Amino acid sequence: MSKQEQHWEKTRGLLIVTLAIWFVFSIGIFLFGAEMNEVTGPFGYPLTYWFTCQGSLGAFVILIFWFANRQEKIDEQFGFSERGDD
Amino acid sequence: MIKGNFIDNLPKVYGIYTGGFLAFIIIMAIGEQMGMTSKTIGICFVAFTVAIYAIIGYLSRTAQADAYYVAGRQVPTVFNGMATAADWMSGASFVAMAGGIYFKGYGYMALLVGWTGGYVLVASLLAPYLRKFGCYTVPDFIGTRYGGNLSRFMAVVVLTVASFTYVTAQINATGTIASVALDIPFQYAVYVGLVSILLCSMLGGMRGVTWTQVAQYIVLIIAYLLPVFWISNKMGAGFFPHFMLADEVARIGELEQQFGFVKNAAADLKSVPKGLAGITKAHSAVNASPWAFISLALAMMMGTASLPHVMMRYFTTPSVKAARKSVGWSLFFIFLLYSSAPMLATLSKLSLIDPTLPTGIIGKSIAEVQAIDWYQNWNQANLMFVSDFNGNGTLELNEFFMGGKAVVLATPEIAGLPYVISGLVAAGGMAAAMSTADGLILAIANAISHDVYYKIIDPKAETAKRLVVARVLLVVIGFAGATIAALEIQGILGSVIWAFDFAMSGLFFPLVLGVWWKRANKEGAVAGMFLGLVSGAAYLIWVRNGGSGFLGITQLTFGIFGSFVSLVSMVVVSLMTSEPNAATQRMVDEVRVPSGKSILGKQH
Repeated sequence: MSKQEQHWEKTRGLLIVTLAIWFVFSIGIFLFGAEMNEVTGPFGYPLTYWFTCQGSLGAFVILIFWFANRQEKIDEQFGFSERGDD
Repeated sequence: MIKGNFIDNLPKVYGIYTGGFLAFIIIMAIGEQMGMTSKTIGICFVAFTVAIYAIIGYLSRTAQADAYYVAGRQVPTVFNGMATAADWMSGASFVAMAGGIYFKGYGYMALLVGWTGGYVLVASLLAPYLRKFGCYTVPDFIGTRYGGNLSRFMAVVVLTVASFTYVTAQINATGTIASVALDIPFQYAVYVGLVSILLCSMLGGMRGVTWTQVAQYIVLIIAYLLPVFWISNKMGAGFFPHFMLADEVARIGELEQQFGFVKNAAADLKSVPKGLAGITKAHSAVNASPWAFISLALAMMMGTASLPHVMMRYFTTPSVKAARKSVGWSLFFIFLLYSSAPMLATLSKLSLIDPTLPTGIIGKSIAEVQAIDWYQNWNQANLMFVSDFNGNGTLELNEFFMGGKAVVLATPEIAGLPYVISGLVAAGGMAAAMSTADGLILAIANAISHDVYYKIIDPKAETAKRLVVARVLLVVIGFAGATIAALEIQGILGSVIWAFDFAMSGLFFPLVLGVWWKRANKEGAVAGMFLGLVSGAAYLIWVRNGGSGFLGITQLTFGIFGSFVSLVSMVVVSLMTSEPNAATQRMVDEVRVPSGKSILGKQH
């Protein structure tokens, strides 16, 4: 397998993990919205309500930065990263 | 004071700008104490901020194609994040979102999840690859990846339909705010709004829009957060509302139990002015089925990843790496406002319905409420209404009605904040609507000037001529949008949601598969864009005309049907026709690697 193919395989792997986490916070938990809302979440808000106000939104922010760092590592590993700028 | 390269000095420039803006707010506050009228303060706020944007627009003028189309590809990550956040958060986010949450609760909050979760798709599926491609516009990618004028043209069509639906709503919002703040009729105010929008983008194109959007973000975030924190502290609800409103949320639940949601008779509701709503849904309870919530969130997420005015912001970063990071910053800056909207809705609702608070009106006598100053003001503006349906002389929960916009616009006044805050909020709303309108008009004008005029009609045109065409189109599209906005056909929020559905119907899969599926070819992409857009539009028309719909897909989520048709037709047609040639396949391989030259040259 060429270097490029290996790089793409890892990139695809990262995409799948990222989308899986994304799925949990954007869709998965809202399948059980009514049940989860009975539980008290962070800061004392009802749990589902908290996810729609802050929880899921914050999770997406963290997820994107995490994804960006992981992808950069993959690019560096195969020598495909760009030089210099940030 | 400022030496050397503008880009290196950005933090300093915008630091001084922010300080200047805060000083302006303080001067206005002093002016208010000394007897300036509320009208003068409103005019000062809108005029001062718009003048600053116009100056930035003028200073960013350019005659270079890559500066005009992609701001010279040198916008740093964090600043591009701010610009994207302003580009993204429209008049609807700023003025209408808290109101939607206020009246509809959980079911509406799918929009909060959808309008943020979409950025995960942008970051992981598209933005870095399109940046590597080096395109000027979204159709530029489609046209080069799949080849042929037809695919390029189809992409321009989808882009125009989606963006134009969106932009009329934004011009409408600038008109609404300008007409209130400057006290002129809406029909003229729309054009005042339009001229302000064009001042930012005409001379500098993407470069001008980028630097004004950063300035607009700073204004709009201050205008949104300051009142939320102030009201929360004033009510004694908590020093940091986001972490401290659990008691207030619970208290609203208690009051809802105590008052009950009484259903009004249809005859009574007829007397309520159009566009006003009562509190009929629980504040924090789950009141929508899982599919209703998820389908709306999903449609908004896929729409986010297909809207060209957002995507093209990531063409302006210096590198692929920066494009990825920049998506994270964009969402962070959006998060600051979105996570505050539910808090504003909570504070606003509790301050009105809790009889134990001095601002509470439920349980007071109707005559007493009708005598309140702010009630009279907002009643006159057609945004507030009370009526004694049951004739007991006391205001009940079901007898109070308010316009969605009033939650953001009127809450500072109801909570007893000085008028200077209301002026600030007007300037913030104006900034939000202007920045989005600018991004959208530029997206349409650039696509038509670059992809239709330069790439299809006259490939030999010189840069100067191309930029003249681009600017003429900008003005023409702006006026077309303003003319339709002046007709006031549909509400702000409805047309924004439709824009997302149109964009995802036609563009989501052709864009994503262009990077992630090498086998996707021209015939498939054309079929996907065409059938996706047509079937989505057909579904919308069917449901609007009394059709029952299926699978719970409504007129707000028709993009789910459209994009499904798009996916199926794209895959089927691609597999039935020959695979893309070797050159195209090599091009896709190149796109998948961050290093190396971009596919399209610096000037193309």
